[in-house]
Amino acid sequence: MALTASSSQPGLLKMFAPRSNLALARLGVVLALVALVVFGALRYEGFVSAFNILSFLKYNSMFALIALGMAFVIMTGGIDLSVGATAALASVAAALLSHYGAVAGILGGLGAGLAVGLVNGVVITGLRVQPFIATLATMLAASGSALLLAGNQSVSISTDNAFMAIGLNNFLGLPIPAWIALVAYVLGWLALERLPVGRRILAIGDGEATAKLMGLKVERTLLGVYLFSGLMAGTAGMVLAASNFAGQPTEGVGWELIAIASVVVGGTLLTGGVGSVGATLAGALLLGLVFTVINFENGKGWISLSSSWQPVIRGLFLLAVVILQAKLAGTRRAG
Amino acid sequence: MLLSMTDIDKSFSGVTVLTQASLQVARGEVMALVGQNGAGKSTMIKILTGAYRRDRGRIEWDGRAVDFHAPAEAQGAGIAPIYQELNLAPHRTVAENIFMMREPKRFGFVDRRRMREDAKQVLRRFRLDIDVDRPIEDFGAATRQMVAIARGVSQNAKLVIMDEPTSSLDEREVTVLFDTIRTLKSDGVSTIFVSHRLSELYAICDRVTIMRDGRTVHAGPMREISRIELVRQMLGRELTAFTAEGRTRGRSDNAPMFLEAENLQAGTRVRGVSLSVRRGEIAGLAGLLGAGRTETARLIFAADAKDGGQVCVNGQARNYAEPADAIADGIGFVSEDRKVEGIIPEMSVRENLTLAILPRLKKAGIVDRAEQGKIVDRYIKALNVKCASPEQPIRELSGGNQQKVLLARWLATSPNLLIVDEPTRGIDVGAKAEILKLLRGLADEGLSVLMISSELEELIAAADHVTVLSDGRSVVDLPAEELNEASLMTAMAHQEEPGSEAGRAA
Amino acid sequence: MTTIGTTTPQPAAPARDRAAGRAAALRFLSRYGTLIVFALLVLFNILFTPNFLEWRTLLLNLTQVSTVVIVAMGMTLVIATGGIDLSVGSIMAIAGALAPLIFLDSIYPIESQGLAIALAFVVPLIVAGCFGWFNGFLITRFNIQPIVATLVLFIAGRGIAQTFTNSQLQTFNEPTFQFIGKGAVFGIPTQVLVMAVVVAATVFLVRSTALGRQILAVGGNEKAARLSGINAARVKRLVYVVSGVLAGLSGLIVVAINNASDAARVGSLMELDAIAAVAVGGTLLSGGRANVLGTVLGAFVLQLVRTTLLANGVPDAAALVVKAGLIIAAVWLQGRAERTA
Repeated sequence: MALTASSSQPGLLKMFAPRSNLALARLGVVLALVALVVFGALRYEGFVSAFNILSFLKYNSMFALIALGMAFVIMTGGIDLSVGATAALASVAAALLSHYGAVAGILGGLGAGLAVGLVNGVVITGLRVQPFIATLATMLAASGSALLLAGNQSVSISTDNAFMAIGLNNFLGLPIPAWIALVAYVLGWLALERLPVGRRILAIGDGEATAKLMGLKVERTLLGVYLFSGLMAGTAGMVLAASNFAGQPTEGVGWELIAIASVVVGGTLLTGGVGSVGATLAGALLLGLVFTVINFENGKGWISLSSSWQPVIRGLFLLAVVILQAKLAGTRRAG
Repeated sequence: MLLSMTDIDKSFSGVTVLTQASLQVARGEVMALVGQNGAGKSTMIKILTGAYRRDRGRIEWDGRAVDFHAPAEAQGAGIAPIYQELNLAPHRTVAENIFMMREPKRFGFVDRRRMREDAKQVLRRFRLDIDVDRPIEDFGAATRQMVAIARGVSQNAKLVIMDEPTSSLDEREVTVLFDTIRTLKSDGVSTIFVSHRLSELYAICDRVTIMRDGRTVHAGPMREISRIELVRQMLGRELTAFTAEGRTRGRSDNAPMFLEAENLQAGTRVRGVSLSVRRGEIAGLAGLLGAGRTETARLIFAADAKDGGQVCVNGQARNYAEPADAIADGIGFVSEDRKVEGIIPEMSVRENLTLAILPRLKKAGIVDRAEQGKIVDRYIKALNVKCASPEQPIRELSGGNQQKVLLARWLATSPNLLIVDEPTRGIDVGAKAEILKLLRGLADEGLSVLMISSELEELIAAADHVTVLSDGRSVVDLPAEELNEASLMTAMAHQEEPGSEAGRAA
Repeated sequence: MTTIGTTTPQPAAPARDRAAGRAAALRFLSRYGTLIVFALLVLFNILFTPNFLEWRTLLLNLTQVSTVVIVAMGMTLVIATGGIDLSVGSIMAIAGALAPLIFLDSIYPIESQGLAIALAFVVPLIVAGCFGWFNGFLITRFNIQPIVATLVLFIAGRGIAQTFTNSQLQTFNEPTFQFIGKGAVFGIPTQVLVMAVVVAATVFLVRSTALGRQILAVGGNEKAARLSGINAARVKRLVYVVSGVLAGLSGLIVVAINNASDAARVGSLMELDAIAAVAVGGTLLSGGRANVLGTVLGAFVLQLVRTTLLANGVPDAAALVVKAGLIIAAVWLQGRAERTA
């Protein structure tokens, strides 16, 4: 219980020492990501090829978007199980509306996401239903709505306007979905690290009672966070429709849990109050990269790991991270 | 006067908590607010901070009559309560915690450099030089408290309320906290200081307000009231040499020792407690709030882990890992906080009563309902528990009846030693007498009882000898013939001066 | 120790009677709401759904609901301790993948087909129990929140099942094994009987055994339970084992019905159906209560909503939206009743 915990540390050491155990864990995720990329680059031909990188980024941008929204929700101590179904609903909405122009398609996707987010926010803050149950219900509702809107089948997008370009074209060498995710992450980082609202979101996760005492408008902030998560899921759904040329009402099953896993691997505590946008991206990319590496390994023909190993390895990753976090939390309490 | 609360009344669903209570604090003054549990201090503070509304009375703040509807209003007016745990967001940095909701901004972004500099400057006033970019949870309790104070002061607080601020601090940290309070004082900021450590009150406070049973019973300069008088006012007793009449009992020195605890230690709350309980006697454990009574009991029962010391049961050294081990040795523990640690609210009286004897009641895993029913009926009758039926959820019972069920839970285990923590807290007078009589009867049948109580009367009437704790240490073990209110109060008021070694040997 | 709490300001005294009346109404609705909805659904179906009262329709409904009910029994116990189990669907897939591997001799040729089939029941259940134990181990040993701890197996479990089967669809025709999903005793489908036995056993566990009381005590007040000598960690591990075994059993039934084991699909979304049944059935997610028959009722209501809408020409998808509304309404009512009480 030092009064001046840090002043005893030499200045230089202090600069490089991570500020907390969790920061250390986050650094570990980034290092693991880098290591896996280096490993892949050295071991597999074509791993760093433009084609591989671009398709990797395009596919994983959807998960990255959903993980970003989820990260903010989890930082407040909540959870959003509806994101996968919301993405499916948004893809259908975007596909249907794309026939009225590219802008209509985009707005359709985002609007569908915001609508689900609004319902989540109102049910959680207004009716005071736990986030787990509230978003479980909206997940069913969003999934049902997607199927109803789409008539139980995939809905093709319009092929005669710019909506398709979102899924097809590159901009400055990167796929448009990757740009969308990048912009979302930059904005998300700014909001979390540089705007007052980011500090408030984290303070809510630290304890709603404390946040209220500090004068925070907890309900309003929570509503905003669930809206944001819905918006991200809607964006992912819009990307999904554009990339597959169709709205997919049955896609998105289990995406929410992949997103939660990405967020947890990214060092965000499920109890709320701690989180990092950058590490969430690293977590999402890391879980995606596992899949790519397995594909390449199979291509080498030495061993044959079926794609079913992908979830197993993801699960093991999650397990390792969660146990590590638990241990770090334990040593903190003891020390 | 900065603050003047007069004739404050407050009751909760018919139960009167405050009657014409008053509290005056002058500008730049450190006011001690003391009283036993249930005296009304907390309610008074909650009314002041806007958490509760008063029923009647008048509050003048800074020369104006005020009526705070919410904590935010009171804070806005310059009242900064320093809560034990709730004040700060643990994962946020020091600077963020100080400036939450009023961050310095540039073009809408948080101006982090300015926030950092401002935070450092605020803390410099309290001679605190820490890395303001570290999460607040990295720092000790004293630093956290000072940051909370800094947050309040930087919002132009005129009154800081500290509720038992020293309870988790070591001596060095207490010194630092006192320096902080003096700094506040020199800046004209007033402090309300709630504590049960008498030496601290005398060290830092200018005046004292004593509350008892919802009334303000004394207000005056700190140095004009002696310790013994302070304790007397808190407990509301006239000093007499009264001892329970016709006591035939006394410590029977030939009865075998059942429990001996030697120099128990844990954290800052228990710093060296020794006590013993013989077979068939009621041993009392006394002390002011925060003296470490409950903590000691929890160590014996293995509900918490001890840092040092030894527990002997039946002459053998025991090192329990879990309460289940203590229970297996015939020890029972009726905890002080019925709600948090006693009852399982949703479960019936029947199930609550038999919770600790489940291992004995089951045959091949199935609870013998006939046997269970018999035991439940027997104890409901013996302890005169008033409930509609054994199937009634325990949360619907009155406090006294809940307590009887919890006592029965342990009596059903046929224990050798029963530790009872404030057995009569929050229950009516009739039930009190009943429970004390019951304990006496059980002791006469051979049960050893360790009774923690804040009520001197109760200890004198029921105990065969009383171990008195002060500030985490056992200071004296009073035998029955020396047991009276004067001797108890003198022992409870005994406190070492901060930094002195005087009390350590005791 | 005195702590300054942060209780919200007390409401003013007047209108207490009206508030009490409203609280009573809320309590009534939260307790009997699901039953009322169930009765209304049955009534509606009797009036408007052709053939609803026929034995066949009843059995069909029961067969369809049985796997959910079996899993939901384990979930009720887990939730009673204040936990949650997201891994049940994955564990179903694992058990469902293992059984055919055993009786099709894919792992090891077993001489006696009778023994093979016996093992095809026992081994998957033991494995499922082990995975359940693993969940409980993570939760009690490392203090990991149940939702995260069981998320690990949720993600990995289906992959594990797929690696067992090389992601191949295993089809089979083994009447003895499939008796559990396709057979009948006295005209009652086996899985309905299994469901009845599991429900009866769970009711018995909660009402009559020491373990049942310990589960409720741990969920209701873990501190008090521990001080009463209950080993909370052991109790928790046990309920996750039970949840795992029941999920495994349900997985066996599903593959038996389908003549096939598809590791990618068996038990998919089962965790949500089971949690929904528990929530609609009136067991608080915060623990300390286990309304076993309520869960059964909850599962029946959710099933009836689906069949009712289907029978009346409303697509399956719309049933999902109605389900969502039901879940929110049920939990909101419980919360309101709890807060006003």
